[in-house]
Amino acid sequence: MAIVSQFAIGLIFGLGLVISGMSDPAKVLNFLDLAGIGSGTWDPSLAFVMAGAVAVTFVGYNRIQKQPRPVFGEKFHLPTKQELDLRIISGPAIFGVGWGLAGFCPGPAVTALGFGSSAAVIFVAAMAAGMMLARWLADRPSLSRIATPADQT
Amino acid sequence: MVTTAFTPIASLIGGALIGLSAVMLMALTGRIAGVSGIAARLLPPYTDNEFAGRLAFVAGLVVAPVVVLVVTGTMPVQTIQASAFVLTLAGFLVGFGAVWGNGCTSGHGVCGLSRLSMRSAVATIVFMAAAIVTVFVARHWG
Repeated sequence: MAIVSQFAIGLIFGLGLVISGMSDPAKVLNFLDLAGIGSGTWDPSLAFVMAGAVAVTFVGYNRIQKQPRPVFGEKFHLPTKQELDLRIISGPAIFGVGWGLAGFCPGPAVTALGFGSSAAVIFVAAMAAGMMLARWLADRPSLSRIATPADQT
Repeated sequence: MVTTAFTPIASLIGGALIGLSAVMLMALTGRIAGVSGIAARLLPPYTDNEFAGRLAFVAGLVVAPVVVLVVTGTMPVQTIQASAFVLTLAGFLVGFGAVWGNGCTSGHGVCGLSRLSMRSAVATIVFMAAAIVTVFVARHWG
C-alpha cells in the first residue's frame, strides 16, 4: 500500500509539473531571463508555480505537525541542520548554473523521460553521474571534516 | 529562443498539485518531497531500505506526461534547445550541486521554504541568482 501511494504521489507531482508548464525548459528559461522584462519575452509563470506549491505545502505541513507519526512510518524525517556552511552556498550556486544552462532541474528532467525525450535521457544520465560524485566526495571523511562537520549524523 | 505564453492559472493549479504531493508524501511516509534527494538515493551506496518507495515515486513522475497524453490526446509542449554537450554539462552540474547543497528546487524551494528553513531560503536565493546570471550570460553576452 505504501508503494502504491508513493507511485500516486509521484504521479501527482509529475502532473503538477506538466500542468504548470515547469516541465518545459523553454518556459523555465524565459522566466529566468530577466532581460525579457524589457523586451516583452519574460514569462512570470514560474512564480505562480512556486506560489501555489509553497502555499499548499505550508498549510499542509502545519496540519501534519499535529500528527504523532506518518501513516506508513515510525517518525518524520525532517532536516535538523541549522547553520549556514559553505556547502549550502556552493551547492546551490553550482546547481543554479546547470539549471540556467538547460532549463532542467531534477523533477522536470525525470518527468521529461516520460515525454520520450532523448535530451532528457542525456541530462538525467549526466545528473546521476554528478550526484554519485557529490555523494562520494561528501562521504570522504577528510573532506567532510573540513567542509561540513555537522553532516556526520 | 522561443517565446512562451504566460499561464498564471495553469501554473498556480500545477503548483498546488506539487504542493499537494509534498504534503501527502510527508503525511504518509514522513519524508521531504525533494526530487534530487529521492533520485540520488536510487543510486548506490544504499543506506536504508526505502528503495522501492523511491522508485515508485520516480515512476509516477515519468508516467505523468503519458497520463496527460492519454487524457487530453496531445503530448504537452516541451521545447529543449540545448545541445547534447550543454545537456551533459548542465545535468552534471545540477546533479552535483543538488546533492552537495542537500536539495534542489523541490526540496529547498518548495518544502524548505514551507518549513521556514533559513538554509533552504539561502539555497533558493543562491540557485535562483546563479540561474538568472547564467541565462543572462548565455543569451545576452557575445
